[in-house]
Amino acid sequence: MELSPKLIKEINELADACPNKKGALLPVLYLVQKEYGFLSESILKDIAFILNIPEVFVFGVTTFYTMFHTSEQAKNIISVCTNITCSLLGSEHIIKTLENILKIKPGEMTKDKKFSLNLVECLGSCGTAPVMMVNGDLHENLTEEKIKRILDTYK
Amino acid sequence: MDYPSITLRNIKEPDSHKINTYLKSGGYKGLTRVLDDMVPEEVIGSIKRSGLRGRGGASFPTGLKWEFARRDRNFPKYIVCNADEGEPGTFKDRILIEKDPFAIIEGMTIAGFSVGAEKGYIYIRGEYVKGAEILRKAIKEAKEKNFLGKNIQGKDFNFDLDVYMGAGSYICGEETALIESLEGNVGYSRIKPPFPINVGLWDKPTVLNNVETFSLVAPIIVNGDEWFSNIGARDFPGTMIYSLSGHVNKPGLYELPTGINLKTIIYEFGGGIKDGKKLKAVFPGGLSSGCLNENEIDIPMDHKALAKVGSMLGSGAIIVINDETCMVEIARRGMKFFRHESCGKCVPCREGTFWISKIMLRIVNGEGKKEDLDLIKDLGQGMKTAAFCGLGLAAANPVLSIIKNFPKDFESHINDKKCAYNNK
Repeated sequence: MELSPKLIKEINELADACPNKKGALLPVLYLVQKEYGFLSESILKDIAFILNIPEVFVFGVTTFYTMFHTSEQAKNIISVCTNITCSLLGSEHIIKTLENILKIKPGEMTKDKKFSLNLVECLGSCGTAPVMMVNGDLHENLTEEKIKRILDTYK
Repeated sequence: MDYPSITLRNIKEPDSHKINTYLKSGGYKGLTRVLDDMVPEEVIGSIKRSGLRGRGGASFPTGLKWEFARRDRNFPKYIVCNADEGEPGTFKDRILIEKDPFAIIEGMTIAGFSVGAEKGYIYIRGEYVKGAEILRKAIKEAKEKNFLGKNIQGKDFNFDLDVYMGAGSYICGEETALIESLEGNVGYSRIKPPFPINVGLWDKPTVLNNVETFSLVAPIIVNGDEWFSNIGARDFPGTMIYSLSGHVNKPGLYELPTGINLKTIIYEFGGGIKDGKKLKAVFPGGLSSGCLNENEIDIPMDHKALAKVGSMLGSGAIIVINDETCMVEIARRGMKFFRHESCGKCVPCREGTFWISKIMLRIVNGEGKKEDLDLIKDLGQGMKTAAFCGLGLAAANPVLSIIKNFPKDFESHINDKKCAYNNK
């Protein structure tokens, strides 16, 4: 088993709080992803074993939801909203600015693994578009100048 | 004009997300009155008389929903708050969660008392990391002051809440897909009936309401159902939060009476079109609603009126678009979203969003054919008729409404092989 005893204990606690163990799957995936950065095949197998559900089921759920990652991620994940309001107000320019600064294309990660750039759907902040999220932090009313300052705050 | 502010009344207060601030502004008066002076049937009666309808898009009468759940003798029952706000253009729930979490918690607690549930979940979208953190802290504070937990305020009533995070799936905002997700499954919607009110979470009776709906509950109890039913439109009373975004001077949240005129919201509250440009199109109820043209916007924000022009009220997300925008690009972008979010369970939605996306891309790239528009209409009509859930039923609305309202934009792409606006 790849998971630490501490993590296994926490997984069991989450499972016990549900009417059946499977109900804990999403919280468990979040918990383990936080610890390891992403969810490898062997870790997903461990989770399936602990929760007593088929491995294929765990793989299916993990890959259905876009916020679970099955490969290594950058330290800071940049998500740029490209939905209607943000695109009306210049998300295209925001993406170009980020591409120029980071020297990567959407879907890629910088060589030093510090940043990855993702294009996402509505982030629920259309009144302050264009917006992007870095990890869990929302950055609103973006401009080229602002982006440079924001990136400097993430090490 | 002076309109009552109910759900947004506290958001400008510093520390509005803390329980002491909430208590100072009259918070928990509703629950206290319910526990001291009312039986569950009276609470449900009051919510029914208030005329409150769900604010998540479907507008089902809230009191009726609670009554169905109350009557069901299958236990345990659950209260679930749909905080999976994902409709493009909507951002009201995020603000309510971050600025006034106790209003939601109090509303859910009153719902629990009314229908006989002891457990509730707030299903919040995975991107709202800050909101989830605020809710967890709020639940902890509420427990410390005995507004949640065992024997609430010394009465024979237990109610507990958990926050459950989604993980980036738009379809989980559909109530049955949300329940599937809460049970640890892929977010595939379920067939209805049975409705969640009888067969919901873990197959138990489940009351599912939107964030804004729960936020309205305590004010109705405190101020009276008659007060609420006299605000706004007769058959859909109260206030509604309109999320205004796009090419307007003052985007933001506006809590206004239901049934208010769309043009009034855009020009009087939103300050008109940005940079002195002209209005071209408006999505009145989020991307799913289908757009209106400039001649159609003098219209009340009302289900019947909007349905008449082929649109819908949805969650009240108003996206304003100026006349320098190519609507073909908007249609392409909109369909790309639905293609990404289609869960793949049913054929009309999975194939429809996939093929319309491909055709739209071809048109935008100047490779469109004349017959493409008929093909899109055909596919879109198939989706509107045969899709399994609300996502697929609505996914063709943007593209179909754009073909109807702005045929010239398509003509230049298809005939002249280029965009007349060149602002792709």
